[in-house]
Amino acid sequence: MADFAKPKGKGRFTSLAFTSLTWLLAGIFFFPIFWMFISGFKSELDANGAPKLFFEPTLEQYRIVTETPPGQLGFWEATTNSFIIVIVSTLIVMMLAVPTAYALTIRPVGKWMEYLFFFISTKFLPIVASILPIYILAKHFDLLSSRRLLIILYMSMNLPLAIWMLRSFFQEVPRELIEAAEIDGANLRSQMVSVILPIVAPGLAATALLCFIFAWNEYFLAVQLNTTGGETVPIWASSVVDERGQFLAKLSAASTLATLPVIVAGWVAQKRMIRGLAMGAIK
Amino acid sequence: MVEQQRIEPADNGTSGKGGGRARKSSFLSEAWKRRLPLLPAFLIVVVLTQVPFLMSIYFSLTRWRANTAEPREFIGVDNYIDLVSNSFFWSAAWNSILMTVVSVGLSLLFGTGLALLLDRKFFGQGFARTLIITPFLVMPVVAGLVWKNQMLNSSFGVINWFIEGLGMEPISFASRYPLWTIVVVLVWQWTPFMMLIILAGLQGQSSSVLEAAKVDGANGVSTFFQITLPHLRSYLELGALLGVIYLSQVYDHIRVITRGTGSANLPYFVYLRSIGGGWQFGAASAYSIVVVIFSFIIANFGLRVLSGLLTDEGA
Repeated sequence: MADFAKPKGKGRFTSLAFTSLTWLLAGIFFFPIFWMFISGFKSELDANGAPKLFFEPTLEQYRIVTETPPGQLGFWEATTNSFIIVIVSTLIVMMLAVPTAYALTIRPVGKWMEYLFFFISTKFLPIVASILPIYILAKHFDLLSSRRLLIILYMSMNLPLAIWMLRSFFQEVPRELIEAAEIDGANLRSQMVSVILPIVAPGLAATALLCFIFAWNEYFLAVQLNTTGGETVPIWASSVVDERGQFLAKLSAASTLATLPVIVAGWVAQKRMIRGLAMGAIK
Repeated sequence: MVEQQRIEPADNGTSGKGGGRARKSSFLSEAWKRRLPLLPAFLIVVVLTQVPFLMSIYFSLTRWRANTAEPREFIGVDNYIDLVSNSFFWSAAWNSILMTVVSVGLSLLFGTGLALLLDRKFFGQGFARTLIITPFLVMPVVAGLVWKNQMLNSSFGVINWFIEGLGMEPISFASRYPLWTIVVVLVWQWTPFMMLIILAGLQGQSSSVLEAAKVDGANGVSTFFQITLPHLRSYLELGALLGVIYLSQVYDHIRVITRGTGSANLPYFVYLRSIGGGWQFGAASAYSIVVVIFSFIIANFGLRVLSGLLTDEGA
């Protein structure tokens, strides 16, 4: 591998070369998204010919994909479903993961590592392996016709990851602070609110964001369990455009709408995510 | 409160649930008080993951096609015996391994490279980082559709437009190289994720050590291999672990790009055999149990890595 180390003391030329390389790679990585974004404003004629950077922009495709043909899943319905399912499941995850992380770190249970391993090991169970029992159980408990099923499933999908990440943030809380609070006679609640939560707050945000991303983007469970009244955005995105005839511009518009909430959230929170993903997880 | 401490050693001896714990006459014992906060999450995860799994084990021992609502007859391990001679199963297993190992490996490699580039100070650093993390945020279904239709399509894909521009024949990637097409999209999505983890590692590196290395006259390359890389090891392991968890279970990309042709991994194969058109619920359950066993072999390896991470932090 080339010499990527810090440029201080290196020639300006090397530094410039690395900077240009970084920009080139950033451009390559972002290009498909850029292309998706601009193609959504093209007419089908422009989108399906030779690639064009300059064209007459139109909002026609956005109008078409957000219009709901009778009897089909509409954009606003899917978006409402997605927001409700994702937000509720993420809230439940956080409500369950915070006390769990507490019990794994600050006042740890005996054999805390085995508990932690158990949680993580469930992530290795392929979802596809349990889809059939899940379907049967959901039918039995009459969950197939509501948003509740996906809320429950996304909660169990994200819970182990959230516990794993939060545990590491809770470890960053200095022991002395907790002990001091105990000596002051602070009860558990005020300990939580005044000592622990302020320290782990960025970690909570990063964890919740990651749960949000994974739940918003989840497709397999959503499409296979096909809950009426609970169809989410990925189902809409994969079905709204008929892949016959000319469809690239419409597809781009729909894709942009479907990905926008998570992209914006990710951009806003990227620094916290960097901290949250690894710094916490390893320290 | 103070006397409660003596319960601690007793708890280490028992395996959690066992043992007559009759001590909660007035209030919960210390061990249970500690356990209480994690019980809700623990019980929920047990019920939601283990119950379906046990049901799958039962289904796998039966003959069951879609024409009945319940398993037809108990046939023991026949489904498992059939599986050994099923060549589709073995090719799916091979696809799974190939897809996971190659995409995790490449994502880590590119992710490390990008993280090193982004860890430098330069104009527009934050903006470049923003551009690079975006693919990770894109919904997998959308990523698959965009790559398949707008990048790689043989008649109107951008990449083929370049290829034609170079005077070559357009390539219909998704049908000629189905597996590698999916790997490309996976690497595109997961490189940014790995980059985030490695970047966090680089930013956690103590600058005094790096300064010292420079004072000692170490050049960039030797600093990288002797200081930075060992420091990054645990971050690379974390990235590999999370990558394996998520990438060994890829479904969405395969679904929208190839529908499994020439690129079905184990989860997709199980899907095809059951609710994806095969409707052989008994046999498919047996496949899925084998997938779980496969996964646990990987998990075992992964958890060992993890426990290495956890013990390091104690030092």
